[in-house]
Amino acid sequence: MNPEVCSSDGFNVTLREFGCEQCLLSRPDGSSSFIQGDTSVLAAVYGPAEVKVSKEIYDRATLEVVIQTKVGLPSVKERSQEQCVRETCEASLLSSLHPRSSLTLILQVLHNDGSLLSCFLNAACMAFMDAGLPMSCLFCGVTCAIASDGQVITDPTATQEKESRALLTFAIDSTEQKVLMSSTKGSFSVHELQECIAISQMASEKIFQFYRESVQRRYSKTL
Amino acid sequence: MESCLKVKVGAVLLPGDVFTFIKTDTISLTESLKDEKIICGPGLRRNGDDVVVCKSGVLRHKNPNLYWVDSQQRRYVPVKGESVIGIVTTKSGDVFKVDVGGSEQASLSYLAFEGATKRNRPNVQVGDLVYAQFLIANKDMEPELVCIDSSGRANGLGVFGAGGLLFKGSLGLVRRLLTPQNEILKDLEKLYPCELVLGMNGRLWVRAATVQKTLIVANLLESSENMSAQQRRTLFKRVADGNL
Repeated sequence: MNPEVCSSDGFNVTLREFGCEQCLLSRPDGSSSFIQGDTSVLAAVYGPAEVKVSKEIYDRATLEVVIQTKVGLPSVKERSQEQCVRETCEASLLSSLHPRSSLTLILQVLHNDGSLLSCFLNAACMAFMDAGLPMSCLFCGVTCAIASDGQVITDPTATQEKESRALLTFAIDSTEQKVLMSSTKGSFSVHELQECIAISQMASEKIFQFYRESVQRRYSKTL
Repeated sequence: MESCLKVKVGAVLLPGDVFTFIKTDTISLTESLKDEKIICGPGLRRNGDDVVVCKSGVLRHKNPNLYWVDSQQRRYVPVKGESVIGIVTTKSGDVFKVDVGGSEQASLSYLAFEGATKRNRPNVQVGDLVYAQFLIANKDMEPELVCIDSSGRANGLGVFGAGGLLFKGSLGLVRRLLTPQNEILKDLEKLYPCELVLGMNGRLWVRAATVQKTLIVANLLESSENMSAQQRRTLFKRVADGNL
């Protein structure tokens, strides 16, 4: 399913096909794989585990995010993406329930075909749910690309990202549809920014519905 | 108020789902005001007047008013009163440090064994398996274990483990095996006589007559987690017939 172009006042938000699987790795406490079109990410969570005394925080858990690319060593770009994911996770995890512990999230890129940061966020949320870590809300990532003629494309592929003049990624929470994190590249107007936020909030509803169906399918075996 | 929770018993809930208790503005003159109390178990948190779900899982209910979210988890978080299998890692002065699989090592005093005094120290070495109960287990303090109950008797707790096999399962598997009259253990009893110790931290210890039987029992328990009842019975039958 190819993403369709969404007109600026249109209400039709189309996303690529999703796929998700939980609990696929045997060693980590929680793991998940999230697929958006051709972009595929594997996430693993360890925690609450022992933490080094130099890194411990007296009243919260210490969250560490590591992003591994398909080829090559991690660079500054991965570090910046790690910080974006970490900020979103800190906002939604109840880390005060596990002080002086460590939570480690490892994200492995299996294939990158655009919307990578939002795929990281979605995989991270499913992995936290799989590990049973207490969360105050769910979060999801949505990427919007603004083409040179002003049209907004949700969930762009790598080619669409290259041809766009601006790329915006938002992390949206499930309870109030608020923006938890935003990461943008390129130039756009204030009106376009607000339009993209509104489109992302509409798209997030579809993603949260998908989360619910995946978790229901997973627990239906044991019910 | 309780009805909005009762409706969802058996449904899958996600973190962030809220149950609001709507206060009625009008007070009935004919019915007396009933104080409704709800006990929130694991996975449910109170947020002012609302109950918020914080883990994904199935909502369960136990009469009269206990609700909790049943989730599949692998990592153990110490809870007071639970009996766990720990591995002794260090012996420092008067205290043993025990690894229970949580975020911190638990401490076990040498006086917390049956019949232990300052002169009569218990025979515990580094690397021993201990079946102990949590005396103190909360997020702010270091967890503490004891091997005696409140009256001073061991009651099954203490050092054990010569000749058996320790392996790890998920927390849900151990909870299932600990329910009274559960089918997995009933089927296992008919198979081989064996000794089983189940720790609520997901650790299981098995000892049967020979090493091979021990390994078979361990593998059966590990695999029975993801099997339906029918598949499990066929597998046990195959083992009983000696085909594995």
